[in-house]
Amino acid sequence: MNKHRASVLMRHEVGLHARPSVKLTKLAKAFESKIDLGLSPDGPWVDAKSIVKVMATKAPKDSTIYFRAEGNDAKAALDALVMLVDGDFQDGP
Amino acid sequence: MDRKMHRAACRIEGRSAAPGVALGPLLRLVSTTSQAPVSRSPAAERQAFADALEASRLDLVALAGQMKDENAEAILSFQIALLEDENLAAPAFALIADGETADRAWVAAIDPEIATYDGSQDHYFRARASDLRDLRDRVLRRLAGEVDQSLPAGVIVAADDMPPSLFLATDWRDGGLVLRRGSPSSHVAILARSRGVPMIVGADVTEVESGADAVLDADAGALVVNPDAELRVEYTRRHAEQLEARRAAFSYSGPTQTASGERVKVMINVTGLAELRDIDPSSVDGIGLMRTEFLFHGREKLPTEDEQYQIYRQMAEWACGKPVTIRTLDAGGDKPIAGLTQSGELNPFLGVRGVRLSLRRLEVFRVQLRALARAATVGNLKVMIPMVTVPEELVHCRALLQEAVDELRASGREAALPALGMMVEVPAAALAIEDFDADFFSIGSNDLIQYVAAASRDEPQLADLARPSRAVFNLIGHVVEHADRLGREASLCGDLAGDPEQAAALLDQGLRTFSVAPGALAPVRAAIARYSGKGA
Repeated sequence: MNKHRASVLMRHEVGLHARPSVKLTKLAKAFESKIDLGLSPDGPWVDAKSIVKVMATKAPKDSTIYFRAEGNDAKAALDALVMLVDGDFQDGP
Repeated sequence: MDRKMHRAACRIEGRSAAPGVALGPLLRLVSTTSQAPVSRSPAAERQAFADALEASRLDLVALAGQMKDENAEAILSFQIALLEDENLAAPAFALIADGETADRAWVAAIDPEIATYDGSQDHYFRARASDLRDLRDRVLRRLAGEVDQSLPAGVIVAADDMPPSLFLATDWRDGGLVLRRGSPSSHVAILARSRGVPMIVGADVTEVESGADAVLDADAGALVVNPDAELRVEYTRRHAEQLEARRAAFSYSGPTQTASGERVKVMINVTGLAELRDIDPSSVDGIGLMRTEFLFHGREKLPTEDEQYQIYRQMAEWACGKPVTIRTLDAGGDKPIAGLTQSGELNPFLGVRGVRLSLRRLEVFRVQLRALARAATVGNLKVMIPMVTVPEELVHCRALLQEAVDELRASGREAALPALGMMVEVPAAALAIEDFDADFFSIGSNDLIQYVAAASRDEPQLADLARPSRAVFNLIGHVVEHADRLGREASLCGDLAGDPEQAAALLDQGLRTFSVAPGALAPVRAAIARYSGKGA
């Protein structure tokens, strides 16, 4: 199994709020890998495909988001998620 | 069907909240709480719950498709994502398996989630609690077997109460609204007046049935169910006249004059961009009052600087150089905003509202002032501060506005310093108006009247007291005279300005700028045109 990790600084004005969380979980769900999200390199980890769990982290602006993924498309998933957060959750291709 | 024809007419009295008449079938909305419990097996409960979740999801998807407003769409997307997340409903399914009913299981599952948002330090997260509550209630309505409340056009809606979000989601063309609760000063009433939707409150609609023919006479404050032919004919005529008057109001373009040839400015009160779509800016003298609380309230989320800027900018563009007077957030009192206003005040009308709240929530106020300073570069934008009581409040606001402009410019953004004016609605300010350094004055008659008379405008028993008295007109005259002396503008933007019967009395006080709900343009202009001078 492919295991990957990544982290990215989130600069979104209001943090991991409703709109960013919707985009993030939607994107995560597009991949088959199991993807977790945390606010520290050691977790605690939550399912990045669950908006209930992702919103519950209440990640504020300027926090670093950590991802870990396990599965066939783990690398691609993390690349895409990092790009989304790094691009301030703008609509992109 | 035959029986319906023999039914006797039934008149239900209420109070007028927005003028006009409407004819059409009644639609009775039933509240979720009146449902009797039905006993079902765990398997049936499970199925009912799964069905309700899916039906709610489909409702939201359909609603999101209709939304032209990006922000409303974002809230719906969030709710859809929540419903699509198994984690939200999982505890409910577990409880149902243990023998709990679906509705109670759902509440038990979602209420702790709501509580974590309510308890958040961050006001953006705290405001999300209302999205979850809305979602909870939507699923409960589905569980109770109610169809979604996206209301058809052309009906007279009868309900206990109505949230602004539902009002805003409804096409009210040729429709009307009858509420058992609510008041003429509620959010929905302001929206109804602004959009020309006939509305009454305080009407006992518990017995009315959906489908019955009805006539709503919101001028008289009454609903007539099963009207006879004669009454129908009369109201059909009045409805046609009303449509004609509205058309005339908006097709009219020249300036408004009194019979003696004096120019009077007539501006409009609005709550958002939607109302401007049907109004030609050349037909009015500008926007005298833009109530920004609806940007905060309709979506129950604090809008960002950019979101606010976009709206203010589009208003300034719409006005083509005419004044656009934007009132800073007037929350509190009867207009609570989740995550912002203080709850549990003993007397909210005398509490932390308007500028008092803004100066205590500077992080929210600064965002609005920055958005206004940016939009002021586009057109003739003016900033108006509500509930000013002492001169220091206005001085503080002016300093904050200057700071916002300086900060924006320092960071390379375009900004302009808009004119800064005040609402005159607290008697202390009206009496000592000479002490206030405002660029313009706008009299808020709704609050001024109730503060002068010490009588709530929502208390039907005190209707005789909470009305424009000589004391109120004296204060209006005092403010107008002071403004005239300084060569500054004094306008009146409360409901008093929109009442054609009061136009002469206001003109007598020297008032030459009115700001009214768009629906009141035609009658007020007509009343002004009949005026031929004091005492005439």
